Amino acid sequence: MSNHLKNITLRIWRQAGPNVKGNFENHVIDEITDEASFLEMLDILNDKLVHEGKEAVVFDHDCREGICGTCSLMIDGQAHGPQRGTATCQLHMRQFKSNDTITVEPWRASAFPLIKDLMVDRSAFDRIIESGGYITADTGGAPDANLIPIPKVIADAAMDSAECIGCGACVAACPNGAANLFTGAKIAHLNRLPQGQAERYSRAEAMVETMDEHFGSCTNHGECEAACPKEISIDVIALMHKDYRKAKFSNRKDLARG
Amino acid sequence: MSLTDDLLAKNTVQLDSKIPAGPMADKWNSYKDNMKLVNPNNKRKFKVIVVGTGLAGASAAATLAELGYQVDAFTFHDSARRAHSIAAQGGINGAKNYKGDGDSIHRLFYDTVKGGDFRAREANVHRLAENSVDIIDQMVAQGVPFAREYGGLLDNRSFGGAQVSRTFYARGQTGQQLLLGAYQQFSRQVGLGGIRLFNRTELIDIVVIDGHASGIVVRDLVTGELQSHAAHAVVLATGGYGNAFFLSTNAMACNVTAAWRAHRKGALFANPCYTQIHPTCIPQSDDSQSKLTLMSESLRNDGRVWVPTNPDETRPAHEVPENERDYYLERLYPSFGNLAPRDISSRAAKRAVDKGLGVGPKKNGVYLDFADAIQRLGREVVEERYGNLFQMYERIAGENPYEQPMRIYPASHYTMGGLWVDYELMTNIPGLYAAGEANFSDHGANRLGASALMQGLSDGYFVLPYTIGNYLAPMLNKAIPGTDHPEFKAAEEAARLRFNGYLAAGGTKSPDFFHRELGKIIWDYCGMERTEQGLEKALSEIPALYEEFKKDLRVTGSGESMNQTLEKAGRVDDFFQLGMLMCQDALDRKESCGGHFRAEFQTDDGEALRDDDNYCHVSAWEWGGDPMKPNLNVEKLEFEEVHLATRSYK
Ligand SMILES: Cc1cc2nc3c(=O)[nH]c(=O)nc-3n(C[C@H](O)[C@H](O)[C@H](O)COP(=O)(O)OP(=O)(O)OC[C@H]3O[C@@H](n4cnc5c(N)ncnc54)[C@H](O)[C@@H]3O)c2cc1C
Ligand code: SF4
Ligand code: FES
Repeated sequence: MSNHLKNITLRIWRQAGPNVKGNFENHVIDEITDEASFLEMLDILNDKLVHEGKEAVVFDHDCREGICGTCSLMIDGQAHGPQRGTATCQLHMRQFKSNDTITVEPWRASAFPLIKDLMVDRSAFDRIIESGGYITADTGGAPDANLIPIPKVIADAAMDSAECIGCGACVAACPNGAANLFTGAKIAHLNRLPQGQAERYSRAEAMVETMDEHFGSCTNHGECEAACPKEISIDVIALMHKDYRKAKFSNRKDLARG
Repeated sequence: MSLTDDLLAKNTVQLDSKIPAGPMADKWNSYKDNMKLVNPNNKRKFKVIVVGTGLAGASAAATLAELGYQVDAFTFHDSARRAHSIAAQGGINGAKNYKGDGDSIHRLFYDTVKGGDFRAREANVHRLAENSVDIIDQMVAQGVPFAREYGGLLDNRSFGGAQVSRTFYARGQTGQQLLLGAYQQFSRQVGLGGIRLFNRTELIDIVVIDGHASGIVVRDLVTGELQSHAAHAVVLATGGYGNAFFLSTNAMACNVTAAWRAHRKGALFANPCYTQIHPTCIPQSDDSQSKLTLMSESLRNDGRVWVPTNPDETRPAHEVPENERDYYLERLYPSFGNLAPRDISSRAAKRAVDKGLGVGPKKNGVYLDFADAIQRLGREVVEERYGNLFQMYERIAGENPYEQPMRIYPASHYTMGGLWVDYELMTNIPGLYAAGEANFSDHGANRLGASALMQGLSDGYFVLPYTIGNYLAPMLNKAIPGTDHPEFKAAEEAARLRFNGYLAAGGTKSPDFFHRELGKIIWDYCGMERTEQGLEKALSEIPALYEEFKKDLRVTGSGESMNQTLEKAGRVDDFFQLGMLMCQDALDRKESCGGHFRAEFQTDDGEALRDDDNYCHVSAWEWGGDPMKPNLNVEKLEFEEVHLATRSYK
């Protein structure tokens, strides 16, 4: 049953653009039902701001179902807020109480430059995928889908890491701003499948090296796994490292063969 | 003379559907055998603009780039991976007959035509059913981790409106996995230089020169800058307009602007009143809600829909005895039961709630109960099939569906109407194509579950790459207008004026305020049930509210940096104009069919009553300079293969 929360103070990061200084701005929400989602609270705030002639707070969001990976808020210092395994848009006000002060910030990572207020640019993720996060299979000419049986456990394990929504919480939560969980998840998805074997090592090599160009390095803090809304296991990072090492090794052999 | 023939004689636009001659099953092959080809080395001389990177756009852009065309792709999202296709849950159809339960291309074709209440173009639907088989192969080759059985073969489930198991799925995230597959293939081409990607860039206008689509004007959402892009052909794969209702299951940013701006430049908009209300969404919990959430139709495989027989029932669901429950879908439609098609299930839910039998704090839902399934299959199997949906439900509704039945209610979900296209997916403007949910072509008046993903991928992978070549071939080595052409400048200037106008309106209310009010009118009078009186009311209220929008709109901030309020103002403006067209179309179609239910036209037992003598046609509207004065054009639908019959799911 629904309850109402009263007197919520939002401490929100405002910054007009990448090259200007930002600051926190306080706004009070007098009353809100606990059935509302966190982003609905921001909608209400924005409507009020526009009504008062002020500029609305810019934030990224779209599906509001936890699947598109667009929403990206640091809430009280936690990527996607306090509820485990939950993207910002799936967070509801039930998780908060009356008189709370809630701090809302953008993802902060050098690979994700700020655009405005709470919105950042995550295109570095796309660069990683472009470098090798695919199986080369041009349209047409694919064999019958049931030609290669894939054991259920393998298909399920591939799906576990394919579930990544590309939100960037792992990077935002990481003290080094590393993207190992994201990159590892894609490598684990494709490298586990029979269809992914042909490009297994070249994929790992290209993706890891592109990742290193943009992001910080991983020192095994494990914050990424805790922040991930899809609860992707840190094991994918081990698999990525293993395939990367093998790639380097087999490259040396290829080079030696000339 | 039938009304259709009468109208046909009055068409102001020549509508040639270009359906190839020959038997239904041979049409597509015969098209491919006879189309014009562009030599592989010449393909790079052509530039194709693809707007939208959902399933339809990403698959089209990737395939065109693989063939060698230069592709410029545009999306207002920050990444191609975020398109609304990502949210599809339940599955994708493919006539593989892997289950040996009698499926075939013909059966999928038949089910889709019948499901669409005989208002789709047969030849397009047949091609879709043919391509469905290749789509599954293609997606598996790309590494889409579809669900498998223990032996390693692909698993299937059933969806509404079908009596065979032909739906492939990846847990409850089929759209996500398919889109990521297409996005990865697309990204590979971005990396290779075959596609130039313009993200956070919104199409604002289409440029037509000498009757041909020559390019587009876009707005960079980060800087507010307007830019023109010229090309040999333009593809709009920009999704549906379900957000006209404000509350819907569509992602927040889905909008009609691309299709609407094309419409204003001369492209016909077909069947705008064919909208789909999905039966299984989480009911609205309070008035400030911004969006509704779908619970996949696949849940109806194992969930049973019911309401208490007593309107004053107060006991929790599990305490209501069997004989005081009405499993109304099983009762009314015994052969399809809980898997009756969407339009039928939605109306049945509405009737139950209207009779006061609704459940939940606002009495605005019906139960979808898994108690029997959990008993029969065990909790573990149910969890494996629907785990993430149950979790999603619990987060939103705050109730545990393993213990309490879900509460569901219909909500706006999909739009069958869209830009009119011929068999080649070309609009009536040469060189302008529409694919995926943005076109009108394959689902008639009602779409069956798991067939939108199929259509998007069929259009993008297996149709456009052929048909665009047929258009481009004769243009080889002919110059096309550049962005310095006065038409581009004029379109840029008009866009600048439009956006400055929103900023200068100086009123008191946000675009969201108007969107919410507009949505309420459309939902009340052009939603699940329509009447002449209601539609006329809507057609007086919408223009009045539109006038208020123009006068009392307030957009804060500037046009020179990211401004979501300004973006929204442009989108709401277009929804207003579309809303008027939806209601005029609904008023004009004096029959009930599929998702278009006119209360005046129903059978004795409350089912949709079609009028095949007078309305067996596509209504394709031409922009008349004023949203209240569109011109009607019709395309007559001929049924060779499937016989027009009253749809029955009893
Ligand atoms: C919650 C939900 C669940 C669904 N589940 C299923 C299911 O299980 N099975 C099924 O078959 N179907 C399902 N559907 C329907 C299906 O997902 C959609 O119809 C389909 O994905 C639409 O794909 P699309 O490529 O046409 O458009 P979209 O995926 O909507 O993509 C539109 C693209 O166009 C871009 N765009 C739009 N306008 C502009 C503009 N003006 N400028 C620049 N870019 C623009 C967007 O950025 C985006 O990239 C579901 C729909 C919903 C809402
Ligand atoms: S791994 Fe998790 S946190 Fe990182 S991008 Fe993917 S879903 Fe987000
Ligand atoms: S808005 Fe899509 S995941 Fe949150």
